[in-house]
Amino acid sequence: MAILFKTTKQLESQIDDYLDAVSQGALVFSQAVKNYVENDQVNFKERMKVMTDLEHKADQLRRTIENRLYVQTLIPEQRGDVLGLLEHTDDVLDTMKETIDEFDIENPFVPVELNLKFIELTAMSIQSAEALVMAERAFFKNVSAVKDHLHKIYFYEKEADRIGNAIKRQAFAMDMDLSKKFHVRYFALRIQNVSDRAEDVADRLAIYTIKRTI
Amino acid sequence: MLLIFLSSGLFMGWSLGANDAANVFGTAVSTKMIRFRTAALICGLFVIIGAVISGAGAAYTLGELGSVNAIAGSFMVTLAAAITVFWMTELGLPVSTSQAVVGAIIGWNLFTGSVTDYSSFTKIVSTWILCPLLAAFFSIILFLVLRLILNKLKIHLLRLDMYTRVGLIVVGAFGAYSLGANNIANVVGVFVPVAPFNDLDLFGIVKLSSTEQLFFLGALSIAVGAYTYSRKVMETVGGSLLKLSPETALVVVLAESLVLFLFSSAGLESFLINHGLPSLPLVPVSSSQAVVGAVIGIGLIKGVKGIKYSVLGGIAAGWVATPIIAAVIAFVSLFFLQNVFDQEVSRKNIFQITDQVIVYLRQEGINDTGLIEVKNKEFRNSTRFQTTIKEKTKLNDAELRKVFESSKREEFHIDVMIIKQKIDPNWFTPEQINSLNSLADQTYDYKWQVWNELERITTEWKFKVEKPENRIYNKDLKAKREYINRIFLMEAVEAEEKQ
Repeated sequence: MAILFKTTKQLESQIDDYLDAVSQGALVFSQAVKNYVENDQVNFKERMKVMTDLEHKADQLRRTIENRLYVQTLIPEQRGDVLGLLEHTDDVLDTMKETIDEFDIENPFVPVELNLKFIELTAMSIQSAEALVMAERAFFKNVSAVKDHLHKIYFYEKEADRIGNAIKRQAFAMDMDLSKKFHVRYFALRIQNVSDRAEDVADRLAIYTIKRTI
Repeated sequence: MLLIFLSSGLFMGWSLGANDAANVFGTAVSTKMIRFRTAALICGLFVIIGAVISGAGAAYTLGELGSVNAIAGSFMVTLAAAITVFWMTELGLPVSTSQAVVGAIIGWNLFTGSVTDYSSFTKIVSTWILCPLLAAFFSIILFLVLRLILNKLKIHLLRLDMYTRVGLIVVGAFGAYSLGANNIANVVGVFVPVAPFNDLDLFGIVKLSSTEQLFFLGALSIAVGAYTYSRKVMETVGGSLLKLSPETALVVVLAESLVLFLFSSAGLESFLINHGLPSLPLVPVSSSQAVVGAVIGIGLIKGVKGIKYSVLGGIAAGWVATPIIAAVIAFVSLFFLQNVFDQEVSRKNIFQITDQVIVYLRQEGINDTGLIEVKNKEFRNSTRFQTTIKEKTKLNDAELRKVFESSKREEFHIDVMIIKQKIDPNWFTPEQINSLNSLADQTYDYKWQVWNELERITTEWKFKVEKPENRIYNKDLKAKREYINRIFLMEAVEAEEKQ
């Protein structure tokens, strides 16, 4: 019985740590994009390193949690759901890390006129990721509050799409090489993808929440 | 020979374990909250504890099997009930083992021409209806309460899982304890007077009486049954009838335990009486029927579409079929046992109204000239005797029963050796034991003669006035008197056989 209690407490805190990692990743991501568009390469590289570590930590935590859930045969009814939740949330963090890596590798040219919009787009995207983390915390502890966070995810995703489209419109209206326009469009899309992934998880979470209602 | 007879009790225990373990841990195992092996182990352990500790207190009550008055008959009745329960377990149906025993006894009654108390029929039928209804009611209430609590408390998913598991284990352990305590009498109770064990002294620390050893053996058979064969019925109760979640699994076992506790716990009854509170009626309840009722209750509140009516129909058919099949098997087997194996399956009673009986009945307020007409006539068939008395007299049902009981000729021999060996000084008072000693080596033809003498010697054999506060005293005294009847009567029979 004591072992069960210890395992349960450990797992609870590991899930918390995992969600913390995702949330931190979102904050680091937004700062990294800001550093890049403002040409602050020193801080950008640092953020990139932090991002890599966070993503690695999150992966390890996720595997440990999943492993434990199945080995200890805990929550037999919701195990599959929790597994899916963790893995798809990981996609959000992965998308953020990959986007930062791509910024670093492909070194896109971002016109100064688009700086603010890029920062705004990133802020909206990570808001949906933040709301997702809140929704998932609520899923574990306070099922009735999940809905309150889900609608925010959908809202921020729509906003991210709106800003992303504005960036693309403005970029294509500018006087620069087509290749650069495509590049700008690609990166706007990549940042939008973060909120898209968050929305995917939100859709699943909505179903899992219904299942959890006794 | 005794060991062969005991085997039917052990088979009964095994069948009981295989069928009834599901009532306790079925929902926990099918919702994957507890592994089957763990559940079976806990079940077995607490059944043994319950049987040896609590059951020993009820060591002298036989449950329904007390009415069967020959050991070979008890063997067959127990075997018939055990086969029926085993068959139902094979089909994966949760059934009441007590009702199987009652059915088998009715088969014995029909075979031996003994009078059948038809109220036992109505009791069984009312249990089929009342018990699941009560359990469903409780499970609905508990479910709503639990939902309210869970919505308010906001427990972490994993923490809730742990609490549910712990809850299921605790409730299951208690359920197993009461399973052992309540059912051991039906399994081996009838063999208590003829237990073939010597008192065991374990390393000078623990002393196990012959009765306790017998109970341990019976409980062990229940535990083995639970471990080896209870999976099928567990799956039916916990999964096939309705898909349960871990929380509803806990609600189901809680509701079932509550029904059993409120309506059949002698402990609760005595607590309420001792504190001057009104006690609940002791409705005959069956744990198998309670658990099914509780599951249905959950189904009703979560949406009736989830209940598999085909499974429910099968279970209900099993309930109805159980006493009937047990009666038929008992009847047919008794025929073989008596005519092929030449075993005495019942003691033939002789009914004779002598002058003494008429005087005694007059003292009891029964005075009918019709009785004189049949004076000194010997009746060897209980039904014929009953019909004759009914025709010749104008007595009402209660009076007829009194005449019937008082005219039964049974030889009672108060053997000093039996007093020494079978009268437990922890249960009987010194006055009661002394009164028995003062009648040592006496022989009596009628039961009432024994009791008249004993009541004359000491008031401790007399029943108290029928009041709620005296209910427990009278119940215990009734058990004592029945035990006395059995041991001095059986031994007389065995003494005859030895001659």
